Amino acid sequence: MSTQPQKRPQGGNDDGAAPEAAGAVGANAQAQKRAGELDSLLDEIDSVLESNAEEFVKGFVQKGGE
Amino acid sequence: MDRRVIGVETEFGITHTGGTHRGLPPEEVARYLFRPVLRWGRSSNVFIPNASRLYLDVGSHPEYATAECDDLLDLIASDRAGELIMHDLAQRAEAAMTEDGFDGSVYLLKNNVDSQGNSYGSHENYLIPRTTHFRRLSTILLPFLVTRQIMVGAGRLVPATDETPAHYAFSQRADHMWEGISSATTRSRPIINTRDEPHSDAAVHRRLHVIVGDSNMSETTSLLRYGATDLVLRMVESGIPVGDFELENPIGAIRHISHDITGQASVKIRHGGEQTAVDIQARLLDRARRFVRENGAHHDRVEQIFELWERTLQAVASGEHAPIERDIDWAIKKRLLIDVAERGGLPMGHPKLEQLDMAYHDVHPTRGVFNLLAARGRASTQLEPERIQRAIVDPPATTRAALRGRFLSTARAMGSEHTVDWVHHKLVDRPLDALMLKDPLSAEDPRVDTLLGRLGERVATLREQSLEERRAQELPLALSERYKLGHPQELAEPPLI
Repeated sequence: MSTQPQKRPQGGNDDGAAPEAAGAVGANAQAQKRAGELDSLLDEIDSVLESNAEEFVKGFVQKGGE
Repeated sequence: MDRRVIGVETEFGITHTGGTHRGLPPEEVARYLFRPVLRWGRSSNVFIPNASRLYLDVGSHPEYATAECDDLLDLIASDRAGELIMHDLAQRAEAAMTEDGFDGSVYLLKNNVDSQGNSYGSHENYLIPRTTHFRRLSTILLPFLVTRQIMVGAGRLVPATDETPAHYAFSQRADHMWEGISSATTRSRPIINTRDEPHSDAAVHRRLHVIVGDSNMSETTSLLRYGATDLVLRMVESGIPVGDFELENPIGAIRHISHDITGQASVKIRHGGEQTAVDIQARLLDRARRFVRENGAHHDRVEQIFELWERTLQAVASGEHAPIERDIDWAIKKRLLIDVAERGGLPMGHPKLEQLDMAYHDVHPTRGVFNLLAARGRASTQLEPERIQRAIVDPPATTRAALRGRFLSTARAMGSEHTVDWVHHKLVDRPLDALMLKDPLSAEDPRVDTLLGRLGERVATLREQSLEERRAQELPLALSERYKLGHPQELAEPPLI
């Protein structure tokens, strides 16, 4: 059993020797990619959640436990 | 203790919604949920083949108590297996309910509070030596537990009240604690419960029952939670000076800390001065590191626990939470809520955010929001999925749980009436041979072999079924039969004398 390696955000462009301008473009592309990933995640979450949030929340009532 | 038995009991919230009619009340859903359990064990309170306990608790809460574990990853695997076991039961309940005309979805939530503020728990049990000085234990452990929430709290979106606006807090449970130490559970919940049922030799051990914790979804957060607590207990047991953090008012402190996500809340120390939760935890971490330098590490995750512990404290102290947003439950959830609120322009306290807070704890593998985040790499894991699957059916191999699992699965395969609990193992036909297994750290006992041998010579033909064979059984996987009886011909010819 091994620990999964921690994923670290990749810095800048794939090309390690890229000049600063290219680095900025890379960072921008990276940010866009992250925004796209986030949109896709949030869409997925939206698609699985009960559409009436308020009803879901109010309907979740338990008796005390323990 | 170098080897310590740890177990965790989880109460799940349950709800039914989304159908054409109003959802069934929780007690009705719970009845459906436990139908296969009742059929399997003729009770809604059973020990199952992986040696854990599955039952319906006070208030119709489905509850799962892990078997005895002496390894942190075994413990986390068993706890995660509990989520999958509940999910399996929920799927079956949903199908049965639909058949009866109650369509909609069944939700099992591994959280600790409902929309009305009812709370249910995640109880940790640690085996400690009977010789542990209880006053020393409480003066060190209580401040640790009160402040631990900044590292291992599950996070909660607290709805607005007349006095306070909606806000995000570290802990689900902090507002539901009423005492430091006592014997109560539902009436007035203490942080440490003194119920001392050691399920072992009471002259040697006692059971420390901690009921202040939040239910964790993250395996990484769980590792920190059980790992750090075990390390603090080791220091208590060793008798070394640990420092004086005794709090003037533990219950005031636990709430005060929970509701200040900036981590700047300071609490009064009994013998003078004020400290933040980070101050207290940082000193305990420092002391624990020194303790391990001097005494050695007792398992191979100690350094990882220290690293997580330190990184989390730094994140809280600096207010820069990004470094822990994949590892620590409250921070993972907080990141998501902020992302959703920003995208939708939603105010804190919006029902959609409250719903997300709950859905984070949904145990459904492809609907539960924590599980969706983990699948996309936005939450870290510690266990291979295969190990969690195995934990649904396999007892932990290194503790008494292994004996219990073998005993009950063998008796079932032989069609022999039996009863088991944490300590007792009895074949109904042979009451005088009932066994008490009082050492939870022992995975072997010849008395068990002798007793099972009395079930007849065909015991020798039992064959352990593969995971595939068990999945193919009609029953929920967790209740599937472990052994298959062979033909009598398979018995070897008796030797000629």
